[in-house]
Amino acid sequence: MNQLRRFSQQIREYPSAVVGLIIIGLLLIGSVVVPIRIPYSEAVRLWRGGEDVWGETPRNAWPKWKNWFVEGKLPETIRFSTAEGDGNPVVEQLSEGTREVKYTFEFDFPYDEFPSEINIFAKARYNEKQPFVEMLWITPDGREIRAGEFSSAPSSSFRFSQDTRLQRRLERQTGIDGVSANKGLFDDPEQEGLQVLKGTYILEASTLLFEDDSEVDLTFVSYGLIHGWAGTDHRRRDLMVALLWGIPIAMAFGLLAAVGTTVTTMSIAAIGVWYGGKLDGAIQRMTEVNAILPLLPILIMVGTFYSRSIWLMLGVVILLSIFGLAIKNYRAIFLQVKELPYIEAAQSYGASDMRIIFRYMIPRVLPLTIPDLISLVPAFVFLEAALAVLGLGDPVLPTWGKVIEDAFKQGALFNGFYYWILEPAILLMIAGFGFALVGFALDRIFNPRLREL
Amino acid sequence: MLQTEVDLQEVENVERQARKQATVRLLRYSAMKLLALFFTVAIGVYLTVLIANMGGYVDEIRRGQIRESVALTLTTNPEFQKLAEAERSKIMNETIAIQERRYGLDQPFILRSFAYLKDALTLNLGFSDGITSDSGSRAVRNIILERLPSTLVLFGTANLLVFFLALLFGLALSRSYGSFTDKLVLGLAPTSSAPGWFYGLFLILIFAGLMGVLPYGGMVSAPPPDNPVEYGLSLAQHMILPVLAVLISTVFLTTYKWRTFFLIYSSEDYVQMAKAKGLTDGMIERRYVLRPTLPNIITSFALLLITLWGGAIILETVFNWPGIGQLYFRAIGVYDTPVILANVVVYAYLLAITVFLLDFIYALVDPRVRVADGGEKR
Repeated sequence: MNQLRRFSQQIREYPSAVVGLIIIGLLLIGSVVVPIRIPYSEAVRLWRGGEDVWGETPRNAWPKWKNWFVEGKLPETIRFSTAEGDGNPVVEQLSEGTREVKYTFEFDFPYDEFPSEINIFAKARYNEKQPFVEMLWITPDGREIRAGEFSSAPSSSFRFSQDTRLQRRLERQTGIDGVSANKGLFDDPEQEGLQVLKGTYILEASTLLFEDDSEVDLTFVSYGLIHGWAGTDHRRRDLMVALLWGIPIAMAFGLLAAVGTTVTTMSIAAIGVWYGGKLDGAIQRMTEVNAILPLLPILIMVGTFYSRSIWLMLGVVILLSIFGLAIKNYRAIFLQVKELPYIEAAQSYGASDMRIIFRYMIPRVLPLTIPDLISLVPAFVFLEAALAVLGLGDPVLPTWGKVIEDAFKQGALFNGFYYWILEPAILLMIAGFGFALVGFALDRIFNPRLREL
Repeated sequence: MLQTEVDLQEVENVERQARKQATVRLLRYSAMKLLALFFTVAIGVYLTVLIANMGGYVDEIRRGQIRESVALTLTTNPEFQKLAEAERSKIMNETIAIQERRYGLDQPFILRSFAYLKDALTLNLGFSDGITSDSGSRAVRNIILERLPSTLVLFGTANLLVFFLALLFGLALSRSYGSFTDKLVLGLAPTSSAPGWFYGLFLILIFAGLMGVLPYGGMVSAPPPDNPVEYGLSLAQHMILPVLAVLISTVFLTTYKWRTFFLIYSSEDYVQMAKAKGLTDGMIERRYVLRPTLPNIITSFALLLITLWGGAIILETVFNWPGIGQLYFRAIGVYDTPVILANVVVYAYLLAITVFLLDFIYALVDPRVRVADGGEKR
């Protein structure tokens, strides 16, 4: 207890270490909370999901915070779903068996940019005759534009920008050739060029049902240019899923790899020092061979040939680090420890070799390894990211590295989707620096010789 | 008068002999190191072959090679072309079987593995599955040799810069110990926990994406300029960002570490003595601080280089630099086994050569190697 208090006092002398400890604490809390809130299976389902899961989120949308940096407001996603009670249906019986249900979607559009897409999704239930959907677009200045019509299959979608008749109508309205519907529908015809007309828009969708028990559910989505706090990627996935799930994965990989390599190298060094002679020599030579084995290329080879599972990678990392260069440092320390009187005492009461190594020598050195161990964590966190960027990330799990990989493959830097790279990169950096700051301070606390300098 | 002249002669003789002996020792030390390193590389490559062949991939390379060469010799034979289809495939299969036996593919793995080791060490790794060199060759050796210079240019420049900058800054900081810059470098040292490619992302974003002053990647502008001066300028322009990325990720921690070495050595008694004698600061630094620190610095630099080589693959990928790292990345993408294997071997060689060069320099700067036999090191 006293020791703990003294230690916390020493740590407090390094403000950077306090910051680092807070970061590590938050990351650890995140690693516990995230898997509870978004269970593993749910995370995998979301991340592997296609249009069925992410159909109603915009593609490559910036996060909300982009609005703080740009002049003018970027549109958010506007969504109405008749299945959820939107649209004030008005039912009119036209004739025997034929009904008309009219939905009105009324929304305010106060933004300065056009939405990225406008779609309507229809889910119809019928026996033989497909329901018919007709849409009328009413702008704030009172113009009425026939937006299109279609017969609805059990599941169909109408993409406004792909309707050529609508496009021709809009070209006449705006006087701009090849204008796409998501822009033309919101254009202010009074202004030169494409300018958003702000105000209240109405989309009237009337559905004609030719059977008594047939029904249509409509979902109208005007896709925004921003989405959530993390934005979306090229497959419309909310990046927040990967950013959050990246926390437990990065922590698990970094910490397990750091602990695994430290414990194994230390044990090997202790065994070598204790038995000495040829065994020690062999271990030394192994270390030299190991220094020449290129870790990342071999990891990549294993990933390409066998499996890309993150846990296999972890195993190989530890295996290749058993004879790491750190052995030399530990060896120097153990050589001193071996000569201490308490080891002699243990020998004199007949303690076995293994007992001396694992109960007396290693525990003595253990505290000294903590700074090294903590400083090792960022290296492994970045290693995982590096593997993912090279396309060898775990096939199912969402990680920070995989987000960077996707972004890189889609040319995010070139196309200006900076958030896509910045978000995972900044998280990686925060995690890396958190551990590095603490490791640095601990190193100075444990090594008084450094503290003076 | 005459007496002293004779003495001088004698002294000179002794000195010359000592120098000769030192050179012999140095050479012997280097030769021993080289030999040891060769064995180390052999063991390392052997391990690589073992890992790769756990899934039988090396065998496949061999089989593919045999199939290709047999097909080539047979199809160019006019007699063979006249035969019927069934007959042809029968002869083909028989020849392949004979060849496979000739290359020992029917032997137990332990014997074959040594043949593979020899092939791997000589980079005789056959033909790639699909990747070609720019000159159109599919021989793995050609592909790799073509790309090696780009990697060496980039990392050679970056590493030399890191070395000299860290040395200069380290010395400067040890002089102004406790100053603001000193504390700043100390504060920035944890930035080295992130690797170079990671800073590369930010650099590309800022200098290529936002400011548009430097290229996104690549080695020279397309099409490459014919004029050697323009070529060099274009190369230098493309090198700025990757080199800067390496620098940011290494220079602060390295400077901090080396400054600490300098500080430790400049608090030695003999430095105080030199100061008391009234030697200039420059002389003290060169003779009494830098000399004893250099072995430590070289060891630290060796460790740094080993990690930098490891990061080459991804740094080159991020900057689209046409070196062996990027080649490796492409080979992974198309599962080109021979190229992947050869790359691992080349990296082992690069590491070994780096270690050897540094060992050699180590021997030059550490007087213990020249004085004592073999030399107690590290």
